[in-house]
Amino acid sequence: MGMTLGEKIIARAAGVPEVKPGDIHTVDLDYMMSNDGTTHLTIDMFHNQVKTPRIADPKKLVFIIDHNIPAENPKTAAAHKKMREFAKEHDIDFYEGKGVCHQIMYENYVKAGQLIMGADSHTCSYGALGAFGTGIGCTDFLYAMVTGKSWVLVPETLRFELTGEFKEGVYPRDLILTIIRDIGANGANYKIMEFAGEGEHRLSVNDRFVLCNLAVEAGAKTGICEPDEKVVEFTKAHGRDAGDLFTSDPDAKFLKVYHYDLSKIEPVVARPDFVDTAVPAGEIGEVKIDEAFLGSCNNGRIDELRVAADILKGRTVHPDVRFLIAPASNAVYLQAMREGLIDIFMESGAMVMNANCSVCWGSCQGVIGAGEVLISTGTRNFKGRAGHKDSKVYLGSAATVTASAIAGKIITADRL
Amino acid sequence: MSKVFKFKNDVDTDQIIASQYLLLPNIEEMKGHTFESLDDRFAANVQPGDVIVAGDNFGCGSSREQAPSVLKALGVKAVIARSFARIFFRNAINIGLPVLVSGELDANVEAGDEATVDLTEGTVEVNGKTYSCTKLPPYMQNILNQGGLIASLNQED
Repeated sequence: MGMTLGEKIIARAAGVPEVKPGDIHTVDLDYMMSNDGTTHLTIDMFHNQVKTPRIADPKKLVFIIDHNIPAENPKTAAAHKKMREFAKEHDIDFYEGKGVCHQIMYENYVKAGQLIMGADSHTCSYGALGAFGTGIGCTDFLYAMVTGKSWVLVPETLRFELTGEFKEGVYPRDLILTIIRDIGANGANYKIMEFAGEGEHRLSVNDRFVLCNLAVEAGAKTGICEPDEKVVEFTKAHGRDAGDLFTSDPDAKFLKVYHYDLSKIEPVVARPDFVDTAVPAGEIGEVKIDEAFLGSCNNGRIDELRVAADILKGRTVHPDVRFLIAPASNAVYLQAMREGLIDIFMESGAMVMNANCSVCWGSCQGVIGAGEVLISTGTRNFKGRAGHKDSKVYLGSAATVTASAIAGKIITADRL
Repeated sequence: MSKVFKFKNDVDTDQIIASQYLLLPNIEEMKGHTFESLDDRFAANVQPGDVIVAGDNFGCGSSREQAPSVLKALGVKAVIARSFARIFFRNAINIGLPVLVSGELDANVEAGDEATVDLTEGTVEVNGKTYSCTKLPPYMQNILNQGGLIASLNQED
């Protein structure tokens, strides 16, 4: 019986020849990542609840401060200090203010075929490079840190067969918001979303990241793109080998196969307060905005910054709008500086922030007030996600967000 | 008897406990903000032993374990939903918060109803009817029975 790409990764990590959906396996993890959203609690539990506190292999741990950086109050500063000191004491790779955790992992660690758990729901992004990444809570993280292992209930796989190419002005973010609308916020609950087909292979690893990153918004355990030569090129350029490029067997069993022709996808906007509410951007009506945000692990890489700069060049941000831009990492930020993009952003009136989760996290930078409206390239638009419970968040592509920042209302770039 | 607090479909973890409280030093400091955006009296009104009944996809969104942890810290006896988002479900079991799946319950109870929840049998009795909930796989039930994942780890050691 053939296996899917995701099943093969679990089988490798479990050290068994074959797995099937519904099996529970103990797995060896390749990496465990934790950020400042929960690590202070993990450390307290490590000291206070574990009978024999120990770390199985510090080389497999990565701690990243990216959510509330720089710290905005003394309690956050204390949580960060706890994390910083623990990482130092235990010789754990530690990043602070260098970028969003998933971007750091993508640039520096992830290889195809790996099984990685992270104490953050968007750990599913690592499927961009053919890895199985999945989000866990801090108790699971603590168990994994102590033992080097975790357990996995093997999920069923949904396959998304992609064909064709995007039209101009349409982006992978429009595709994934469309898919989530079609299948619903729990349409892939406890499933693997596998992206494959000639349309997938034509996408860059950046674009694959955009797709896999939002898999959790349909409830998926992970999203994985079928890896190929582009993964090999990316990992080589970042100084590491590509890992094991697994693909699904021809007789692998998929729960369902969906077909998407990329040429049929249109720019969409997801409406408050759920990610699965996308409508064609042209049908959104007159929606005035107070703030726009370009950034996050979903859409803050150089590709999206270039899209924004192309639109912004020679134009100015609407006087009633704050436009915040946060590159996903310092590597992205430096590249944007070399290309002159930061000049374009600042000359247009945008605010360029340090590399961090920023507005997408909703508690450190660019928080919006009661009744305010935000359009964002962030991951979520839940009630109060960016600040006050009576504020509204719309999600769109980098192009739509940038065009809206200029127009002062939600609009696609071709209508500027 | 457990008083029922009722929620709809797709309750995300940002509603259970918002981002701005997650870096507070501990769960005790966070728990007073539970469900603040949906019901700002929830933390004051809920009593130990009460239960939450919800629709589909309860606990979707962020992996923040603070979400099941604040519910447990407030004394919530169990969350009974039509379905759960996977990370919340796993986190709840890991910390020893009972999570029960029932396809029928939420359509047949109102907020404020009194329910009798039998965690050993996985049944909920309310308004004169008894509802059986889906059983956990034995591996997960075992973690819950031992009091959560860390208690289970300590027993292995």
